[in-house]
Amino acid sequence: MFSLLRSMWLVFLHTFHKRETYQYPEEKAPLPARWRGRIALTRDPDGGERCVGCYLCAAACPVDCISLQATEAPDGRRYPSFFRINFSRCIFCGFCEEACPTYAIQLLPDFEMAEYDRQNLVYEKEDLLINSEGKYPGYNYYRVAGMAIAGKDKGEAQHEEPPVDVRSLLP
Amino acid sequence: MTIYIDNKPYEVKPGKNLLEACLELGLNLPYFCWHPALGSVGACRQCAVKVFKDEDDKTGRLVMGCMEPVRDNLRLSIEDPGAKTFREQVIGWLMTNHPHDCAVCDEGGSCHLQDMTVMTGHTYRNYRFSKRTFENQDLGPFISHEMNRCIQCYRCVRFYKDHAGGKDLNVFAAHNHVYFGRCESGTLESEFSGNLAEVCPTGVFTDKTLHSHYTRKWDMTWAPSVCQGCSLGCNTSAGERYGSLRQITNRYNGEVNGYFLCDRGRYGYEFVNSDQRILQAAMRPHSNGTTNKDHILDLVAQKVKNGRTIGIGSPRASLESNYALKLLVGEDNFYLGMSDTDHDHTSIALKILRDGPVRTPSMQEAAQADAVFILGEDLTNTAPMLALAVRQAAQRKPEADALGQIHVAAWQDAAVREAVQDKHGPFYIFHTVPTKLDELAEDIRRGAPEQLARLGFAVAQMLGADIVPVTGLSQEDAALAEKIAAALMAAEHPLIVSGYGSGCDHMMKAAANIAWALQQKGRNPLLSITLPEVNSMGLEIIGGHRLDTALDVLRQGDADTVIVLENDLYRRADPHIIDEIFLHAQDVILIDHLYNRTAEKATVLLPAGTFAEADGTVVNNEGRAQRFYQVFVPKGDIQESWRWCLQIAEKAQIPALQGLRNLDDIDLALTNGMPSLAALQQLAPHAGFRINGQRIPREPHRYSGRTAILANENVSEPKPAEDVDTPLSFTMEGYRGEPPSPLIPFFWSPGWNSVQSVNKYQQEIGGHLHGGDPGIRLLEPHLNGGPHYFHEAPDTFVPIPGHVHIMPLYHIYGSEELSMYTSGIAQQAGEFCCLYLNPEDLAQWNITPGNWVTIDLDHHACRLVATPNHWMPRGLGAVSAGMPHSPVVDLPVCVKLQA
Repeated sequence: MFSLLRSMWLVFLHTFHKRETYQYPEEKAPLPARWRGRIALTRDPDGGERCVGCYLCAAACPVDCISLQATEAPDGRRYPSFFRINFSRCIFCGFCEEACPTYAIQLLPDFEMAEYDRQNLVYEKEDLLINSEGKYPGYNYYRVAGMAIAGKDKGEAQHEEPPVDVRSLLP
Repeated sequence: MTIYIDNKPYEVKPGKNLLEACLELGLNLPYFCWHPALGSVGACRQCAVKVFKDEDDKTGRLVMGCMEPVRDNLRLSIEDPGAKTFREQVIGWLMTNHPHDCAVCDEGGSCHLQDMTVMTGHTYRNYRFSKRTFENQDLGPFISHEMNRCIQCYRCVRFYKDHAGGKDLNVFAAHNHVYFGRCESGTLESEFSGNLAEVCPTGVFTDKTLHSHYTRKWDMTWAPSVCQGCSLGCNTSAGERYGSLRQITNRYNGEVNGYFLCDRGRYGYEFVNSDQRILQAAMRPHSNGTTNKDHILDLVAQKVKNGRTIGIGSPRASLESNYALKLLVGEDNFYLGMSDTDHDHTSIALKILRDGPVRTPSMQEAAQADAVFILGEDLTNTAPMLALAVRQAAQRKPEADALGQIHVAAWQDAAVREAVQDKHGPFYIFHTVPTKLDELAEDIRRGAPEQLARLGFAVAQMLGADIVPVTGLSQEDAALAEKIAAALMAAEHPLIVSGYGSGCDHMMKAAANIAWALQQKGRNPLLSITLPEVNSMGLEIIGGHRLDTALDVLRQGDADTVIVLENDLYRRADPHIIDEIFLHAQDVILIDHLYNRTAEKATVLLPAGTFAEADGTVVNNEGRAQRFYQVFVPKGDIQESWRWCLQIAEKAQIPALQGLRNLDDIDLALTNGMPSLAALQQLAPHAGFRINGQRIPREPHRYSGRTAILANENVSEPKPAEDVDTPLSFTMEGYRGEPPSPLIPFFWSPGWNSVQSVNKYQQEIGGHLHGGDPGIRLLEPHLNGGPHYFHEAPDTFVPIPGHVHIMPLYHIYGSEELSMYTSGIAQQAGEFCCLYLNPEDLAQWNITPGNWVTIDLDHHACRLVATPNHWMPRGLGAVSAGMPHSPVVDLPVCVKLQA
């Protein structure tokens, strides 16, 4: 009998508590920055595409919903000529983000992707690429990697010495 | 003998080093500089193991596994903490300057350095200082260069210079600046440069054609394939992604190609992706809506039913396709789709190999020969991988001599090379023009092919062959013949090589005579004969009428329809002859994959699958039947040529082909119809073959993008294609263990993602694959009964006034039809319109070098640029053979010069 009354009292007290329910869609839930939602391809601080088409996201994807084709621009930068994510298959596990060596692919705090037509859940590169550095501002893969691109020659990356003169006999 | 590895006893073969022994036992021991085909140099210090004195020794000493021979009761430890730490530290040092670029490196995912780094457990770079960098070089259309990734294992130069005889790749600078490259940017000269991509354990040298449509190894659909570039039939793995062929890699075969491929074979695949491909069945004239495949098949079947149809086969089509066509049109109406010269050469080769008493060696056997005599062949250009084998053979005798003196193991590469220096074994070349192998030869003889063949006959005669004596030899020639005969007699396994390369069949006859005579003398000679195309031998075994008789039949009106199988007839005979075939034939039905000159004139086009889209069997120059498998399901109406024939036969109700549906059916019909091919039934597992109820997957287990590749077309994934012809599946599902050797789509083993994983598939390092190498030899020597020598040597070559005898010159880049669709190969192709003539001839005929000359080819004028070449004897000319626009096709030929 006592426990019954106690429970009713506790339920009554909830009338005065702060509401946990959001009146979605009028009211949006605040999502943490690391929420694993919609996938985007970000850009590096220079505005160039971060994705170098290494295929690691595709390999890591447990549902195999990413496909792309790597290619090379005349300036030496690698980029995907197409990049497709089939969100009707995606399970938002974030493995692609973990696998990405260039911080290009990032899961954003946005889950509002519902569609009436399943075909519309197939996102191409123009749907995925955003004009932002996403969660990792400041990182530029080509500044770290030893590969030469236009504007950054051999020996100009971080922690690199100028190229060796192979014709020199000096120690 | 027994060795103890981590206190477990193992049985190993004597004569090996510890690294080989460990790998052979399936144990994982990291290494870089050692390569099974190149031996040990102990440069990278990566394969360190602890060796203990005896059971009580707990301290042990570190040794390099690749430098230490196995001894009975040797005790070693791979897992010893000291050895493990040592290996981890060594790789840490090797990686101090390795750039942070696996993501943009083409080697990633099939990288030996990645595998070994993971294997040793090295994870973080401890070195805090800057990285050394290098400038890269442009190494031509086949190989990319990224020197920063180098770990100084020296494998590239050891392969390129020591193994393949290249001159233009070397190691420069000193200490930690060691640089591997050319002295300046430029195309690599060696025909085997593509192997650098596989030999390099990391991404310094990578495949440039792959880069242009880059895909990771794990993302490709692979199938075991056979190179279509020449008659040697090297084994390859072909990889596809998004409907285009991406890469050809070496598929190890312990008897054929071993670890390497030539550049024509590795890069000559781009015709598969060509925009010249025929994708849909079509007919001329275009009437409304007749591109329907069934409608076209009905019309073709109607033609075939009338019985006035002839079929022209092809040496670049499979046995199955040729045989299906032969049954479709009837045995009497089947013509060989090779030039009459090629047919003559191939039939002589078949006769020599089938009826003669001497065995023709596999390529790996040829590499073991201890004396070499090449008659009229420029092997580097006609059978490149055989040239590589012969290069190794040239080392055998000095190597054996050196080993007798210095008492080290044969795999001690640096020591043995030091002892050998630049000595070569007995090696003789007879060829009209210089060849790349000349540098190895003890004696070289130049001259007209007939002249050289006469000298070959003289050698045979000196060896005791029962032939008509060759007279009129100069004293010098007689002395040379005697010297060669003596050298061949002194050798244990002399190798005689000849073939189609100089366009003179007397060369083959002379080679056969020599080999047979050596056999009679109790030696063990090997006789290798090169042939023009991938399935020349197979087509010759199937047999048919000569191509020129096809024209007679059409002229007389006995036939009005021609079915052409995978063939550009304009490469088989001079244009005016082929034009006449088209003139007399009412309908020409072409089953081919590329829109070539023949397709231009054909009335019906049926799109055939290339080697990557079809299953079939080809027979190489040693009579080894090998199966290639379909890699992917092609677009449009493309299907195997034999399947087109079966579908036509079904509609035309040809009894011989009724009820045949798949590869096994046509192979059964083939073996029933031709008892000499009965062994084909054992060639590879049949379509019903399963392991644990599962097929063999063509795709690696990490294959990505299954649910996204076609999502742009339709978000609902289609059912994967099913393979009715083979036990392979087009998906990643299936048996994950080791497949039987003919069905290995790609080499992979846990922890071994690169091609180095082939170690896990071999019975013995550098030996045969588990269960035996794929392929079945159809020709074995006819040991009973003595040889039937070719008695008559050819007459001496005498120039005919006003005429020039034109011989063919073959080029690795350019002479083969399909590889020319690869832009890198087309770039390097030779001149197609040059007529090489002796300068004195030019002077005599008042021709200015570089001017056009007109020759009278069967009453058809044709123009070529006169180019002086002092290797040409008087009265002899040469033209590059097989070039796409060459006006002279059927070589050799004797033509009249017009001023």
